[in-house]
Amino acid sequence: MSSSGPHHMQVDLGAAKSSLAARLFGTQEAWITLAILALGIVVSLIAPRFASSGNLLNVFQNACFIGLMALGMTPVIISGGIDISVGSILGLCGVTLGILCNAGWPLPIAIAAVLLLGIVCGSINGVIIAYLRLPPFVVTLATLSIGRSLALVVSNNQVFYDFGTATETLLALGGGKTFGLPNVVYALIVGVIVLHFLLTMTRWGRYIFAVGGNENAARLSGIPVELIKISAYAFSGMMAAVTAIFLVGWLGAVTNAIGTGYELQVIASTVIGGASLVGGFGSAIGAAIGAILVEVIRNALLIAGVNPFWQGTFVGSFILAAVLLERIRSSR
Amino acid sequence: MALLASLKNIVKDFGAIRALNDVSLDIQKGEVLGLMGDNGAGKSTLVKTIAGNFQPTSGTFTMEGKLLALSGPSDARRHGIEVVYQDLALCDNLTAAANVFLGRELMKRVGPIKVLDRRTMNARSADLFAELKSETRPADLVNRMSGGQRQAVAIARTRLSQSKIVLMDEPTAAISVRQVAEVLALIRRMRDQGLSVILISHRMPDVFDVCDRVVVMRRGQKVADKPIAQSSPEEVTGLITGAIASA
Repeated sequence: MSSSGPHHMQVDLGAAKSSLAARLFGTQEAWITLAILALGIVVSLIAPRFASSGNLLNVFQNACFIGLMALGMTPVIISGGIDISVGSILGLCGVTLGILCNAGWPLPIAIAAVLLLGIVCGSINGVIIAYLRLPPFVVTLATLSIGRSLALVVSNNQVFYDFGTATETLLALGGGKTFGLPNVVYALIVGVIVLHFLLTMTRWGRYIFAVGGNENAARLSGIPVELIKISAYAFSGMMAAVTAIFLVGWLGAVTNAIGTGYELQVIASTVIGGASLVGGFGSAIGAAIGAILVEVIRNALLIAGVNPFWQGTFVGSFILAAVLLERIRSSR
Repeated sequence: MALLASLKNIVKDFGAIRALNDVSLDIQKGEVLGLMGDNGAGKSTLVKTIAGNFQPTSGTFTMEGKLLALSGPSDARRHGIEVVYQDLALCDNLTAAANVFLGRELMKRVGPIKVLDRRTMNARSADLFAELKSETRPADLVNRMSGGQRQAVAIARTRLSQSKIVLMDEPTAAISVRQVAEVLALIRRMRDQGLSVILISHRMPDVFDVCDRVVVMRRGQKVADKPIAQSSPEEVTGLITGAIASA
């Protein structure tokens, strides 16, 4: 850890010393929210269609899939790791959900099985990283490859669009709305609240931060560093499985390519939201807001009529800007 | 003075390297024991054995008449053995209070669930810092703190529980002169409360200022163990370098 790390995601705010406004604008989340608003206003002026409620809802819904996975990525990154296998875990879980439903499993049991699969995949990452002490990047690069290959193996390159008796419920879950909002939006909101609680109010959250801040200190303090790491990757795997369930329901079909390349968007969202890749910093709200910013950029460019080939350039620029912003604020 | 703990014939091997060779050491209640030696002499290994980080290859460790087989640092802590590490072992991204309570957070019950009790941890940390006469603020992040404040955080950690032995690894190595005096004063305060302090240091003046007894290690062996009043900086230097074989 550098001695001048970012100070925004103070996990233990303690007594309020500064005004609420001052504290709020000391956070990466606030600046990203401002960026989203500014971008939104500019694009609305160019293309008023952007600000239509239908489009905004669409943006929000799209952002939720990446956002759910970014929530899973957050504890991993805070603990000083990285998980680039999430897209493949999503793929494997999605295909498995298709196969199980197709085979006539009741939806709740199929969902439980897929969640368990996600947790198992994540735990495998975690065990290898924690106990064999291999670099997280390399381990999850390997499981990225393995997961995608297994998705091909189990699906035999089939496309699933018949989910048996579960079809209606699954499509309603992933693509439907409740009280006017897509179901996946509720999932993200619940996810943010739960993860925020876990990270800021529980021992587990405190230990995730401790492991990312100084692994050695955490170990000397008697924190079960290995278990904490495994739990972070298991959580990431589980969130990939949750995303798979909603995504399959939304798309109405599963191919084994589902989720390919998502890992980069997920990591981008998490980093834009203020998580530090050297570990020790990050927040649930930041991950969700980062995901929304990435989707706003994508959507805004499309609606403004910019050649979609430019999307990556814009997203990349925002990643750089977010990291620089963090650096500038923390050196003040 | 009463015997608190006793190491007998401790050997610690790392593969082919014998880091500790037949070391025996008595720790008295309420004394400050200075542990000196050159780099690689076995000081850190000895400390880590007492702290439960290492299990000795052979030899015994008894405390208050009971044989201890420490499984790890938290086990050692349960037996009242606390360590202030040389690198202070703090998490820079956490607050002072979070570091003080790291690994033994206070929880409070909110309905059916238990959550971190920040208010109480901050308040107790503030008390500890006040007791140490440190200006450290509990809710500040450690990465914004001076060397002295970090030291206060590390020392405050040991004061949480009813500790019996406090091991201090180079506590005065990286802080200002004024802060050295503060740390030495603190060590005396701990001794006055009946704690046993083992001070690992390279700084001869600190050892002769605050210690009751000095132990010198060289090449994994104990080469001296005597009351500080019967030794001198010159003798200790000779023992460390090997110019004097033993005393």
